[in-house]
Amino acid sequence: MNLKRIFADFTVFRREYLRNKEGFFFALVFPVILILLFGAIFSGSGHNSITVYALNEDRGPLGTSFLQTLNQTGAIRVVSVPSNASFPDYLLKHSYSQGILIPSSFSNSIYSRNEANIILYSNPADSSTQIVSGVVNTVAEGFNLRLSNSSSLISISQKSVNESSPSYIDFLIPGLIGFTVLTSPMFSMVNLSAEYKKSKFFKQLSLTPLTKGEWLTSKILWYVILSLVAFILMTATGTFLFGARVQITPWVFPFIILGSLLFVSLGMLVGTITKSIESAGVIGNIITFPMMFLSGTFFPLSIMPDWLAKLAHIFPLYYIIEGLTSTMVYDNLKSTIFDLAIVAFLCIIISVAAVGAFKWREE
Amino acid sequence: MTEVSSVSERNDLIVQVESLTKSYGQVKAVDGIDLYVKRGEVFSLLGPNGAGKTTTVEILEGLRKADSGKISVLGLDPWRDGYELHKRIGVIPQGFRFFDKSTPREAINYYAELFGKRVNAEHLLKLVDLQDVSNMYFEYLSGGQKQKLGLALAMVNEAEILFLDEPTTGLDPQARRSIWKVIESLKLQGKTVFLTTHYLDEAERLSDKVAIMNHGSIIAYGGPETLVSKYGGSKKLTLEGDEKIYHLLTKTFNLPVIRQNGIIEITLKQSQDLLKIINAIESSGQPYSGLSLKKDTLEDVFITLVGRMKEGELD
Repeated sequence: MNLKRIFADFTVFRREYLRNKEGFFFALVFPVILILLFGAIFSGSGHNSITVYALNEDRGPLGTSFLQTLNQTGAIRVVSVPSNASFPDYLLKHSYSQGILIPSSFSNSIYSRNEANIILYSNPADSSTQIVSGVVNTVAEGFNLRLSNSSSLISISQKSVNESSPSYIDFLIPGLIGFTVLTSPMFSMVNLSAEYKKSKFFKQLSLTPLTKGEWLTSKILWYVILSLVAFILMTATGTFLFGARVQITPWVFPFIILGSLLFVSLGMLVGTITKSIESAGVIGNIITFPMMFLSGTFFPLSIMPDWLAKLAHIFPLYYIIEGLTSTMVYDNLKSTIFDLAIVAFLCIIISVAAVGAFKWREE
Repeated sequence: MTEVSSVSERNDLIVQVESLTKSYGQVKAVDGIDLYVKRGEVFSLLGPNGAGKTTTVEILEGLRKADSGKISVLGLDPWRDGYELHKRIGVIPQGFRFFDKSTPREAINYYAELFGKRVNAEHLLKLVDLQDVSNMYFEYLSGGQKQKLGLALAMVNEAEILFLDEPTTGLDPQARRSIWKVIESLKLQGKTVFLTTHYLDEAERLSDKVAIMNHGSIIAYGGPETLVSKYGGSKKLTLEGDEKIYHLLTKTFNLPVIRQNGIIEITLKQSQDLLKIINAIESSGQPYSGLSLKKDTLEDVFITLVGRMKEGELD
């Protein structure tokens, strides 16, 4: 290994990357866009409250009081709609999937100790229907208890596993760092090694004193730097803009370094063993896309079916994201080290395979 | 150092190839060829597409492994000692390329760093006439300029021998001539050049020695003039004339005569034939025009030897 040659190759590659508008975009702009996008979707104002359109026809005060209580739960945001002939038609016309109708006799019925009925309109296909129905039921139950002068015997107090109560954005940051560590080397190296092989550029480089190992090292070095920059940009954006609470521990760096090494090698392996640029692209995508979505990048594995969550364990990215989450969010050293050991092991296997399969020259 | 190298030093041979073979499956790309290139020589390997030229040159450069044969370049075994050899040779591979968004100046500096050489980029750019585009991205260079950059890069390590694999293929006549100029200046500097080409005028103009390759074998070897006199060497008289002149010539002389599209071509056997023919035509009083004398070129030799090749594929 000659450091001067590695540096020369690194310089020419870096220049090529940054002079390409797409390269610059993917290296520095894309990670920030990702965090802005997902941060805005999941950590925005309203705290994920569900909008319910309400028509209050009650002539007494209890209807209004009921709707105010619903609003105070925080889970539901009540929007009043003007009185109209047919409430279901109104909802349909405006494509509103959740609606609540309080009848004109609501207060009167309660005062006269008759059953008062609230009608809840919902779209069964909408995943928020269950939540709305649950919240409305709970509020109605509370009203029932109060009006009958009873009190609840069981109360629930909710506490987070983590003292600081991590939010979605806290999990999103390690997920998206993992996403960058995977995608920027994979997409680029698959294409680059297939193309260099086809255009005989590898052969041309082999005619210089640059070695295979030096060439690969300069690529790894570049992608480590890109991942570090993306890590800094994403963490800063997440922290300052969305109030994410993540820790930057020294354990983050081995994950970024080994992750880059792993995916540069994997990309090169795919580009080297496939016969054409097109088939390299297809195989690359077959490997990258499932790994990207199933490793806990954008959403936690716990929401997936059990078998799918188990399947995620075959992906190297899963251990990178889990390890980063363990150290950045939970500060769980034992789990971090376990994940790091797996990443290191996979890294050795894949990079040895890649270097073995990668030929400068032909037999 | 093997026995081969001591022999090569004695004979001043920089490339020495004996009984080289290489097959791809059932196809014999190179079928037991011998080649010798002397120091300071411009050597051209000629042949139609698919003759085995690139396979041969890639074996000499250490990019491909030979099936069998004795190969020595600068006293080294190209496959086994490839890494050492590459420091001492310069190569423009077929379809030379570089990073799209790098300039010729950056390319030269990159190669200089890789070879650990101090290089005056300005001097090299001037040598290949690329000063005007020294800061232009590679992707915007013309085909000729790209090849010239290839030449400049092949010179970065002060190579003892340069392998140029079809350096002018696909270039316009002006760009080809400007590459020739660079090769001629290399020759003046005493560099050894191993050129593969299917342009015969290029080989005839630049080379000291020529080998013609077809179907994996060398079918002729020698200086361009030697080859012309050995395999061609005939002089042909052509003129425009009618049937009567044609019949006069076929009856009077025992020489091959052809008439095609009003052009009559007579292959001469000795120089006296020329005078006799002109006298005969003059005395017949028949009208004629466009009298000219043509000497065989390497192209005629090539066509004769490669026989089955279509003329269109040669140039």
